Amino acid sequence: MSNPISQGQNNKGFWSALAQSQSTNEFLKGLWKENPVFVQVLGMCPTLAVTNSARNGLAMGLATTFVLLMSNTLVSLLRKVIPRQVRIASYILIIATFVTLVDYAIQAISMELSKALGAFISLIVVNCVILGRAEAFASKNTVGRSIMDALGMGFGFVMALLALGSVRELLGYGSIFGLLVFPPVYQEWVIMILPAGGFFTLALWLFVFNWYKTHKKAL
Amino acid sequence: MNSATSTPPRIGSGRMITAMTATGALCALFIVLAYQGTLPRIEYLKAKALEKAIVEVIPGMTSQKVFRLQPDGTLQEVQEAAKDASLVYAGYDLKGNLAGVAIEASGMGFADVIRIIYGYNPATEQIIGFRVLESKETPGLGDKIEKDPAFLENFKTLPIVLSADKSRVQHRIVAVKHGKKEKAWELDGITGATISSRAVGNILGTSTEHIVPVLHKNLPLLENLAKQ
Repeated sequence: MSNPISQGQNNKGFWSALAQSQSTNEFLKGLWKENPVFVQVLGMCPTLAVTNSARNGLAMGLATTFVLLMSNTLVSLLRKVIPRQVRIASYILIIATFVTLVDYAIQAISMELSKALGAFISLIVVNCVILGRAEAFASKNTVGRSIMDALGMGFGFVMALLALGSVRELLGYGSIFGLLVFPPVYQEWVIMILPAGGFFTLALWLFVFNWYKTHKKAL
Repeated sequence: MNSATSTPPRIGSGRMITAMTATGALCALFIVLAYQGTLPRIEYLKAKALEKAIVEVIPGMTSQKVFRLQPDGTLQEVQEAAKDASLVYAGYDLKGNLAGVAIEASGMGFADVIRIIYGYNPATEQIIGFRVLESKETPGLGDKIEKDPAFLENFKTLPIVLSADKSRVQHRIVAVKHGKKEKAWELDGITGATISSRAVGNILGTSTEHIVPVLHKNLPLLENLAKQ
């Protein structure tokens, strides 16, 4: 039987090694330090347009994550094959392909969801988070690191869209994921589910995020 | 590793064309496979959604027959409901009586095309049900045409006023401002969704003017088929 103290040290060593590993860093940077929405302020079109409910925000975030993951993987795999002169055209082609796949998949899963997300699924093609990661990261790094980068950025994007969608749905409809939170007497803030509500909520989250980053040492 | 600003090495046109063609072919393969793989499920979900909508707009129906509107103004029964704008769905109750006819219609809304389905009962000459199939109206405002209870109340019994020989609609359906409805054929609109509710009025007005006289002309066919 192993010594509990040395086992504890081993566990500590494992977590410490995990935290310091390059793959973990690639993953974590997208969640927090380089969050695509709260830090890089990229992909604002879907961030503002489809986050009028938590469900829509989550679905758009997951769809974007899938496209990001697949395009980063393929771009990284083909990075030595695609000449630099035609790389942007090739990346757009790859991204548009995976967006089409996601569009078909969402239609096959739920017509209601497809109806709610509307044209914004097709617009993932021009989401600058995806082309940005393909050009800045996947085209210069190994497949493993590109996958970790895509997962980190993707989940960071999901987190941001979910945060916006939850606040807007809560104030705009009085519910979260369709479940009523406030009593029926609650007067819904219709503005929160309109485009203006997207800007207000984004400003609120940016304020919270930046305030925490500035004051985290004091906390 | 080259930086984005450094000059890329010179390569031949052939390699660029080959790389792009190969990438394009790979992408085409993915798209075709995904399309073929999801098509049956998408068609099934669309048919289910339409089926559900038909049952909703014709209360009391237990069976249906599908008809295609011919250019000469007659109806012809079709066995397979292929995607076609000129289809009407006749619903029959348990006793085999005509419970109503479901008709699809569409027109421009505030944001994009609104596609609706409504039920019409030739016996009472009334619209008896309504549902929005597709719309991209503003969430929280225009999309009230799908869920505002007071607006949906309009469609429980909305009379279509026909001429004596039932060959034309005498009073076209129009949407009026909320609370200003005076005539039976008027739609009580929605405050905050004026354009969307007027669009619904226009779509219904145009569709009923065209299709309701045709339904009455073909009523013996619709009723007799049920008895067969």
